[in-house]
Amino acid sequence: MAQIKVDGQLIEVPDYFTLMQAAEAAGAEIPRFCYHERLSVAGNCRMCLVEVKGGPPKPQASCAMSVKDLRPGPNGEPPEMFTNTPMVKKAREGVMEFLLINHPLDCPICDQGGECDLQDQAMAYGVSGSRYIENKRAVEDKYLGPLVKTTMTRCIHCTRCVRFTTEVAGISEMGLVGRGEDAEITSYLERALTSELQGNVIDLCPVGALTSKPYAFQARPWELNKTESIDVMDAVGSNIRVDSRGREVMRFLPRVNDAINEEWISDKTRFVWDGLKSQRLDRPYVRKGGKLQPATWEEAFAAVAARIKKAGNKVGAIAGDLAAVEEMYALKALLASLGSGMTDVRPAMSGIDPSMPRSAYVFNPGIAGIEEADAILIIGANPRCEAAVLNARIRKAWRAKNVPIAVIGEAADLTYSYDYLGEGYETLADLAAGKTNFAEVLANATKPLVIVGEGAVSHSKLGKQVGRDVIALAAKLATSGANIAEGWNGFAFLHNAASRVGGLDIGFVPHDGGVCSADQIALAGKGELDVLFLLGADEYDMAAMGKAFVVYIGTHGDAGAHRADVILPAAAYTEKSGTYVNTEGRVQMTNRAVFPPGDAKEDWAIIRALSAVIGQPLPFNSLGQLRAAIYAEFPHLARIDQIAPGNVADIAKLAKAATKTKSAPLASPVSDFYLTNPIARASATMGECAALAAGQRQAAE
Amino acid sequence: MLADKDRIFTNLYGQGDWTLAGARKRGAWAGTREFIDQGRDWITNEVKASGLRGRGGAGFPTALKWTFMPKVSDGRPHYLLVNADESEPGTCKDREILRHDPHHLVEGCLLAARAMDAHLAFIYVRGEFIRERQRLEHAVQEAYDAKLIGKDNIHGWDLDIIVHHGAGAYICGEETALMESLEGKKGQPRLKPPFPAGMGVYGNPTTVNNVESIAVVPEILRRSGAWFASIGRANNTGTKLMCVSGHVNTPATFEEAMGVTFEEIIEKHCGGIRGGWDNLLAVIPGGASVPCVPGEKIRNAVMDFDGLREVGSSLGTAAVIVMDKSTDIIRAIWRLSAFYKHESCGQCTPCREGTGWMMRVMERMVEGRAQKREIDMLFEVTKQVEGHTICALGDAAAWPIQGLIRNFRHVIEERIDAYTYNSTSEGAVPSIAAE
Repeated sequence: MAQIKVDGQLIEVPDYFTLMQAAEAAGAEIPRFCYHERLSVAGNCRMCLVEVKGGPPKPQASCAMSVKDLRPGPNGEPPEMFTNTPMVKKAREGVMEFLLINHPLDCPICDQGGECDLQDQAMAYGVSGSRYIENKRAVEDKYLGPLVKTTMTRCIHCTRCVRFTTEVAGISEMGLVGRGEDAEITSYLERALTSELQGNVIDLCPVGALTSKPYAFQARPWELNKTESIDVMDAVGSNIRVDSRGREVMRFLPRVNDAINEEWISDKTRFVWDGLKSQRLDRPYVRKGGKLQPATWEEAFAAVAARIKKAGNKVGAIAGDLAAVEEMYALKALLASLGSGMTDVRPAMSGIDPSMPRSAYVFNPGIAGIEEADAILIIGANPRCEAAVLNARIRKAWRAKNVPIAVIGEAADLTYSYDYLGEGYETLADLAAGKTNFAEVLANATKPLVIVGEGAVSHSKLGKQVGRDVIALAAKLATSGANIAEGWNGFAFLHNAASRVGGLDIGFVPHDGGVCSADQIALAGKGELDVLFLLGADEYDMAAMGKAFVVYIGTHGDAGAHRADVILPAAAYTEKSGTYVNTEGRVQMTNRAVFPPGDAKEDWAIIRALSAVIGQPLPFNSLGQLRAAIYAEFPHLARIDQIAPGNVADIAKLAKAATKTKSAPLASPVSDFYLTNPIARASATMGECAALAAGQRQAAE
Repeated sequence: MLADKDRIFTNLYGQGDWTLAGARKRGAWAGTREFIDQGRDWITNEVKASGLRGRGGAGFPTALKWTFMPKVSDGRPHYLLVNADESEPGTCKDREILRHDPHHLVEGCLLAARAMDAHLAFIYVRGEFIRERQRLEHAVQEAYDAKLIGKDNIHGWDLDIIVHHGAGAYICGEETALMESLEGKKGQPRLKPPFPAGMGVYGNPTTVNNVESIAVVPEILRRSGAWFASIGRANNTGTKLMCVSGHVNTPATFEEAMGVTFEEIIEKHCGGIRGGWDNLLAVIPGGASVPCVPGEKIRNAVMDFDGLREVGSSLGTAAVIVMDKSTDIIRAIWRLSAFYKHESCGQCTPCREGTGWMMRVMERMVEGRAQKREIDMLFEVTKQVEGHTICALGDAAAWPIQGLIRNFRHVIEERIDAYTYNSTSEGAVPSIAAE
């Protein structure tokens, strides 16, 4: 600890603190532009200048100078810093004036208006008039791709975007070219950025130089209703803020949650909102004469009820990637009342068995735990596509500690260097048998982290045993080291759909004689399953469902809706309060920002209403009652934002299972980051990004 | 006045042989082994006794700088980095050393490296110095071949010298930008602290010295620090390479004792002011970045660090730019402003934005197309740049203008008046003086 006087107030701070942190600890506000706590220190905006005693006799950049850089007084008095002296005031006014002389008076037409650091700080620290009468500098706008719009004349050269893309996103594609006042921020050869995290530069940009292209000129920040919610584009569960106006979602922004997404979100999370407005199912449909015809809710329910009454218990249900816990629980209860246990939330032929303990299918160390790991093995996953924000954490650990990383699966560009072991099951078996060099690294690690992707355990052609064997081997690798730290559970399952862990938690898996999703579809194809509910499920083989009566409860006119015999329009994640459990096992809840379009209803309410038409009314009449029932049965789901800890002994038990597989490919199931779910597929922005990325891949080959 | 026997750079004009053989004849590489054998502290103390102050412009005591290097290595190697990126307008002294006395520098590197426990020295040569680099590289190669440096050399202190060629940016003469450039990055200054002695090239302890500071070390050790200290005034000791350019009859680079007056160096080495002393308008005594001094104040000024501070300027690199009364002083200073605007690296705000602003106001003042109140504004802007930047380029851009306003305000005002006086109903036209 070090003592320092801030504006005469004596405080004690850790000696690695910067002057800026010390000032904040003392309650003194320091303006800044280039400094960002999650990026390296640049010290170039000069806005955070303070006066120090015990250091050089000129203003010092408080973001870059640390408390221990200051010398104590002649008699050992603690060093002093001042944030409110005339010298500091003059320095701030001077820097502000310099920033503004070449900054256009664009505020009325600038999308950053209202949430602009430069605007705010000019109000607080600037002077009222300008003394600059020369011509202002104009800078040509740069093309950075379909997501980030540039107005480079507004740029104040803070280099936050450069540092973010280089350090966090891991692409060296942005930089400052030229020098002096002709220096310009640009991308390499003015080509589109290739990061899945590039949208974050919009938030980082303290001025309106980098703004959101799809959001351009759509709304002003003060017109928007801000709703705190959770993202469902992947299984990370990034914390987001939904900004809406009237019935429209206008944009998504990240919220800070150090345990999950820090303050980043992926581009799919950020830019998917136009997908919420197109291809929407806004009224029920019933297939008549081979064609889907608009219908009323009564007609649709009657059609479903008529078929269910004939079907008896030959009813199945598959939940898709975006389903919340509530509707899955309600649907499971509905099927149970019909005597069916045919429910499944897993992809086809998943090796995750209902009999496995919870810790077998969650990311046990937690996302923040990645930073503690001292060896990382990635099996059958491409975290950059499946969980871009989580991938940034792996990169962070790699940057900070140069953690050894190895990959079994596809050799993709993950933004960090790794040891590529091989692409198939054989490599994993060799590693588990200690035949690979990396086996030693894992065996010596105190906190080994073994990331198992969904692609490694779901083998629709090879069967479930492959996935079970992968889990067994991964569990062995995660638990068998001799030096593993007390309490460390390095088995980390990386899901790629938001519904998965919640569905597994409430047992939305085959039970009481039910069969898995692939078998349900097979039964349907053979005519042995009469009614199949698709709860937003679009990723399955629709052509294989034979003559089964398919009820699609969902939001978008995607694959499932095209196959459906009855469509029951439901609410998207921004339109309902739903519980989601992320890949860590963390329980989180979305909030309703807008209402569902047209006649669409919340999913759980549709299922409850249908149950009444069938004559098996479910025992809850409100969301509160439904949740009470869920919490009574699964108490851990009541603990919002928390993770029910798993038991490392369970993993060790899994490791003992005998394996039978000889060989299997372990590839990630996500081939296109931008088009993984029905909302993204309905989004024009995502489509553009996907086309661009495909072109870039082609050009690279 | 410096006696011939006290000269360090005896081949300054290249009349002799610059290669190893010639340098040896002039006394280079004599007794080097003894100096090395006497150890690190002896060398440092001798240089401390000499009172040598850094010849790169700031005048920081060289031996003191060396003592900032860690006494015992923590496992990281120590580096000596010689700054031969001499780009200051008006300065052309290191160039002569590289051309004609490169062995002084090579030998100095070995001795200085011993004084800071370094086994690797980098010499960063300015991009435009093509021939100079070739001479230096040749001299280094000669020293390697004669086993004067390198591994297991005859002096008992391993030293490798790497000559690095810059790409011609003024800012790369700033010590931290120099290190960035040397590492292969964009030449932008680093924040200090951490200082180079703690974290320099590739994160290792580094001392950055000017060419001249290093090149005089062998002679100091050969003739003793006391000898060097006996030249010049207290605290401003030794000999100094000075380069006089501009309106003198014979512009020259020469070695002179510190502490002689301006009048003496002009009369002795430069054949007097063009048109006589009455024709002297102003002098920039230390390279482009120091304030100018009006002719009447400079004549008797003492040419050393303290002497020039007394007249409101600074010795800098002792690059004297003499301007007679034919000079448009506003335009001269504007040209310097344009230089700094062009050379600003663009990293930090006050310099990036301020240099352009200052240059544009100066541009109008050259014509007189300005308001008198703008003179004060310009002065304030220079104060807003000075001391607020990461490196000293902001200060360097501010000082010439401050010097102009302090000493020649009346000239600016007269120019503005003339411009207004010559205005017509169609608007103002440029005055004759600005042509």
